[in-house]
Amino acid sequence: MTADLELDCRGLFCPRPVIELAQRIGEVEVGQTVAVASTDAAAAYDIPAWCRMRGQEYVGTEPDNDGVPRYLVRRVS
Amino acid sequence: MYLDSASSEPLHPAAREALLAALDRGYADPRRLHASARDARLILDNAREAVAGALGVRRDEVSFTPSGTDAVHRGLLGLLSGYTSLPSKSAHVITVAHPAVEHSSVLHALAWRPDLRARPLRVHRDGRVDLDHLTQLGDHDLLALQSANHEVGTLQPVAQAAAGGRPVFMDACASMGRLPLPDGWSVAAGSAHKWGGPAGVGVLLVRKGAPWRSPFPADDRVDERVSGFENVPAVLAAAAALQAVVAERDEVNARQHALIDRIRSRLSQISDTEVVGDPVERLPHLLTCSFLYVDGEAIVDALNRRGFEVASGSACTASTLEPSHVLAAMGALTHGNIRLSLTRGATEADVDAFLAVLAPTVAEIRKDAGM
Repeated sequence: MTADLELDCRGLFCPRPVIELAQRIGEVEVGQTVAVASTDAAAAYDIPAWCRMRGQEYVGTEPDNDGVPRYLVRRVS
Repeated sequence: MYLDSASSEPLHPAAREALLAALDRGYADPRRLHASARDARLILDNAREAVAGALGVRRDEVSFTPSGTDAVHRGLLGLLSGYTSLPSKSAHVITVAHPAVEHSSVLHALAWRPDLRARPLRVHRDGRVDLDHLTQLGDHDLLALQSANHEVGTLQPVAQAAAGGRPVFMDACASMGRLPLPDGWSVAAGSAHKWGGPAGVGVLLVRKGAPWRSPFPADDRVDERVSGFENVPAVLAAAAALQAVVAERDEVNARQHALIDRIRSRLSQISDTEVVGDPVERLPHLLTCSFLYVDGEAIVDALNRRGFEVASGSACTASTLEPSHVLAAMGALTHGNIRLSLTRGATEADVDAFLAVLAPTVAEIRKDAGM
């Protein structure tokens, strides 16, 4: 799935990927998606948790070409 | 201020007194027949009697192990060995159901036996095991279920889960002494330093008639369930602390429960904070929460510099760099996590001093992170 904004957070440890997501989700319109590519083990739990706490929609995860997970978030507010 | 009693409670004065008194007396081999040995044996028997009385179990159901971890390993693997040795069960792969939030000592014990099938159970958002998932599984032989979760404090429905009739191993390390043991278990484990006894003493409880058989090499000691030379003074100190804690727990638990409620309500004033675990059906002394955008190691260090000592389940604070498997299984935020747990003497003034420092500490770390 393509996203409207790609955030490459490879090599960043928690909570940096979530901070990147929070700081930059405003760059897409409501209804558009942000993808966060992250090698951090905590991102698998913390990106869905961030969506729940901040009222955004967690779409799911899929591996990028190099196998690193991409976490997809839709801006809903 | 020490706020990590769930990792280890400071030694109870009753334990200190018993330990000092027994150090000069309890050195001899309690298996020998001379006077010094009989003295050591008497101390050991008294400790067993005291623990049985405090926990409401039979004296012959109590064994002392060299640690809580050993009691967990010996208890769970021994239940497995005993169950497998039943004639009707010998030729079948044993399935052990357990919630994903069990303590790592339980998970390591299960992983150590590749011949068994471990079936992780889902938990609800508050950490309580999903009993519907257990019913759906249907095919498990044994259940491993903690009395209370060590990280988030949520009490588990042991008696309800045991009603299915399968033998239950209960890791009671987080609650033993603090709360009465629930019904329904066949084998249980506890750890003395969690209730204010000395480290190096675990309690293994095996219900009369439970299918338990030692999973480890035998030893010719006083108690055939365990091995190694008995640490008689420490065992007596553990028993003295347990008796004292049980006698004091109505007052201590009510005070701690109210103090944790006070912290919970004040945490709701810090933005983007998630308090995890059941707010009511929980251990009295413990609270876990996570702050968005906060680095777990940074907050533990910052609080420590300001004089407050807390634990954390965040990945950056773990030797494995993996986040807490408990928080992960609950779907809780894993970064910026702290667990604080009150000692028996904690006061409202202590809690207020902590709260006064917490909000500015969180704000400062968020500001440094650009949030």
